[in-house]
Amino acid sequence: MTGITVWPVGVVVAQVTLFVLGAPFLVGLMRTVRCRLEGRTGPPVRQTWRDLRKLLGKQRTQPEKSSVFFAMAPVVLVATTLVVVAFAPLLSIDTVFSGGSDLFAIVFLLLLGSVSLALAALDTGTAFGGMGSSRLMAIVALAEPALLVAILALAAPVHSSSLPIIVAGSLHHPMWLATPQRILAFGAFVIVILAESGRLPVDNPATHLELTMIHEALMLEYSGPDLAFVVLGESLRLLVLLALLSNLFVPWGIATSLTGLSFVVAVVSLAAKVALLATLVAAGEVMVAKLRLFRVPELLAGAFVLSVLAVLSSLVIA
Amino acid sequence: MTESAPRPVETGTQHRSDLLDLRGSLQLRHVDAGSCNGCEMEIASIFSPVYDAEQYGIRLVASPRHADAALVTGPVTKNMAGPLRRTIEALGAPAVVIAIGDCARDCGVFAGAYGVEGSVTDVTEVHLEVPGCPPAPADIIAALRRFSQT
Repeated sequence: MTGITVWPVGVVVAQVTLFVLGAPFLVGLMRTVRCRLEGRTGPPVRQTWRDLRKLLGKQRTQPEKSSVFFAMAPVVLVATTLVVVAFAPLLSIDTVFSGGSDLFAIVFLLLLGSVSLALAALDTGTAFGGMGSSRLMAIVALAEPALLVAILALAAPVHSSSLPIIVAGSLHHPMWLATPQRILAFGAFVIVILAESGRLPVDNPATHLELTMIHEALMLEYSGPDLAFVVLGESLRLLVLLALLSNLFVPWGIATSLTGLSFVVAVVSLAAKVALLATLVAAGEVMVAKLRLFRVPELLAGAFVLSVLAVLSSLVIA
Repeated sequence: MTESAPRPVETGTQHRSDLLDLRGSLQLRHVDAGSCNGCEMEIASIFSPVYDAEQYGIRLVASPRHADAALVTGPVTKNMAGPLRRTIEALGAPAVVIAIGDCARDCGVFAGAYGVEGSVTDVTEVHLEVPGCPPAPADIIAALRRFSQT
């Protein structure tokens, strides 16, 4: 009897643990891929974990006259992302929380982390913090509508925005994955994920130039454990977004029942899919330059057009 | 080369292992305190594909809050003495100061010039010095790895 109640909760705990352990490796993998393509040896994939371990032992600093927003933002960022990891059907569509994993709720939980970081950057009172948060809010305000409309296109065939139902629907009807609305929505999702996670061509995560920064400018004043939390939160968010992308558009491998074997298959297949996506993103980053800030709205408007076309085509086909 | 490269000199009163526990992760904040940019070119080249300091976990960062060490080049000019002190104060403790090049150690050819406040040692405590005008990239990496290894 206890086995029945313990096991589903255990799956959620395992999902959260695996994602926290894996997220820094994802960022490390992307950095290694970039280095190799640039002809450098590059750091080992575990480098992000080394950085985090060191940061946890360092001093925490807080700017003069900053408020509780600054202190809370790293915790809020990690906590909201962990809630998404616990709720979303990332490894199994049949979890104890799967009823609560609405796509809109997941999008806005992830947004809450961004907003709290932007508020914290304003709170520091530095010029670059304010500049970074205004830029981030401008990008988010353009990216979110595209994402929400793209979600509509995915929700239309199953008449539900619940993530497990969408994933189960595409598992039962593999032909749905090749429909025009799925392909158009995929394009919109990819652009929005690149914008939200601060990758090229929207933002350069490796920049040292404050004037070109967006995401990096928000964390300039954090040090020690706070910085470790921000880095962990940002890498977790990237991992969640890539995992959602692979589950929505290539769902095969996700566990449909709560057996040990299907869980292992889900972990291995999701790791392979996310690693492939991350390698492709990193390889793409070597090829492109960062867009001028005033061209970013055009890219995000393109994502919005793709998602509107996705909704239109789903209505026409229905 | 006609003579062997000069070795890095440890100057601090404390041993490096008392100060930092890095184990393969060293983030640097570079401060140009009045350099001729010779040392800057060598620092830039340690991150090139030839030397690739990033494989040892060494990175330049955008904020002193993120850094474990300040990498100071050039003689400290009167205008840069204040900003240098403030940058070192802003480093997240524990942190060290590394003087790169002969000018940072003893003002080099700029010693006694009207705009020069003094060497980095005159302004702040220095934990490691890398001699050379400019120091070779391999020497800079060897010096930095004394901190980042262990």
